[in-house]
Amino acid sequence: MTRAAPIIEIARLTAHYGDFQALFGVDMRLGVGETIAIIGANGAGKTTLMRTIAGIVSASSGTIQLDGRPITALSAPEIVMAGVAMVPEGRKLFPSLSVEENLLIGAYARKAAGDWTLDAVYGLFPILRERRNSPGTALSGGQQQMVAIGRALMSNPRVLLCDEISLGLAPVVIRDIYAAVPKIKASGTSIVVVEQDVGQALQIADRVYCMMEGRVTLEGSPADLSRAAIHDAYFGVSA
Amino acid sequence: MIWLDTLLQGVLLGGLYALFAAGLSLVFGVMRLVNLAHGDLIILAAYLILGVAAVLGVTPVVALLIAAPVMFVVGWLLQMQVFNRVLGDDILPPLLVTFGLSVVIQNALLEGFTANSQKLSLGPIETQSLHLGSVTVGVIPMMTLASAVAVIFLLNQLFYRTSLGRAFRATSDDVVTAQLMGIRPRRIFAMATGIAMVVATLAAFYLGARANFDPSIGPARLLYAFEAVIIGGLGSLWGTLAGGLVIGVAQAFGAAVNPEWQILSGHIAFVIVLLLKPRGFFPRATD
Repeated sequence: MTRAAPIIEIARLTAHYGDFQALFGVDMRLGVGETIAIIGANGAGKTTLMRTIAGIVSASSGTIQLDGRPITALSAPEIVMAGVAMVPEGRKLFPSLSVEENLLIGAYARKAAGDWTLDAVYGLFPILRERRNSPGTALSGGQQQMVAIGRALMSNPRVLLCDEISLGLAPVVIRDIYAAVPKIKASGTSIVVVEQDVGQALQIADRVYCMMEGRVTLEGSPADLSRAAIHDAYFGVSA
Repeated sequence: MIWLDTLLQGVLLGGLYALFAAGLSLVFGVMRLVNLAHGDLIILAAYLILGVAAVLGVTPVVALLIAAPVMFVVGWLLQMQVFNRVLGDDILPPLLVTFGLSVVIQNALLEGFTANSQKLSLGPIETQSLHLGSVTVGVIPMMTLASAVAVIFLLNQLFYRTSLGRAFRATSDDVVTAQLMGIRPRRIFAMATGIAMVVATLAAFYLGARANFDPSIGPARLLYAFEAVIIGGLGSLWGTLAGGLVIGVAQAFGAAVNPEWQILSGHIAFVIVLLLKPRGFFPRATD
């Protein structure tokens, strides 16, 4: 299989929360137009990795490159402007903004027109058009997740980071949310999905990284990875 | 009929207090910063208008138009260079820094302009009045109230109709997630403080046109502004106008009963509202 040219390349990345080291020399790459899934148990470092790529957590060492350009030292707003948007864990909609305002704020830093407009997001998630004047936080969990994804898309990102987008949602809602991923991918956006639901991750990803205790313990395409290997990498013990 | 006149004068006075409070409310609403130097910054703006008018030989109105952008820059720089360094989870550092700034401004003005009272001279308009039926209202107080309503209206338009306003509200809601939208909170805060200083300059203009001012009166203006903001509900702009009117009307009725009771009546009204509605008339749902 030919490897897509990397849009994100991470090398020997470490990160700390105070004295606590959360990432230990993580290497990772995301190809142009590719979808990768990062799986792992609670505390594996998945969210820290996403927050470090997005600039919310500072890297202690190592590098993150976007299209060959180092972004490790950039602030979160600069990284958004460079083309990386994040759907944060817990959705984090702005309570004082309506659904439409939550979507529009996603385009705050956008400098040029792109594929993702309000109409395009409403096309992806039609229910949001009906609820566009409601407070964002008055929606159901699934609808809030749609707003969070739409809000990130409004910046017309080249890379979309999705952190635990199925967390706390009913299976039928998760299916609806994940049905949007191929459409987003078709727009040319490369996607990183952090997911605890391994089955879901394997369905949508071109490649999978498994993390445990701040380290990447397994990498490969879903077709190449055996269930036992994933189990070992996920839990750190043999099945 | 004297009560109607008293009510009207109180409402007009409340317009001035609303102007004092609007900038404070804006800054608190966006970044939860209680700027204890707000009153002194109003007085600084009044001296700036006075100084510009004297040095350039222009009218106070023209001086206001020059002073407003200058005060915007002062607010921007204060936020970027001072306030942003102390904003965080701990509310004490910003309180200490703005209190210190208050002391610095008062003493600098005292050094530069002495303790003598000053006034902005607007000419004949200062004494002009309109007869509305059986009551008479001054032109300047009416302009003050109209300006307060216009300022609150425009700030609301800014907050709820513009991209910058959305950024203000988003940053106020969640400063970390706002950064994921490409918003730079430090700049947003600086913009808010800059705008607050423009409003403070307008308040300073009417303060100087209506009464004498000297370097020591800033803290009392802060107190009225603070009471108006609390009565209206923290962070609510229309609430701030309502709060200013409550203070103004209470002071007017207090003064009508006994001139010595004017200031006390405003404070008593503040305490009564706090007892009945601890979060003010129009609290923000997320506060």
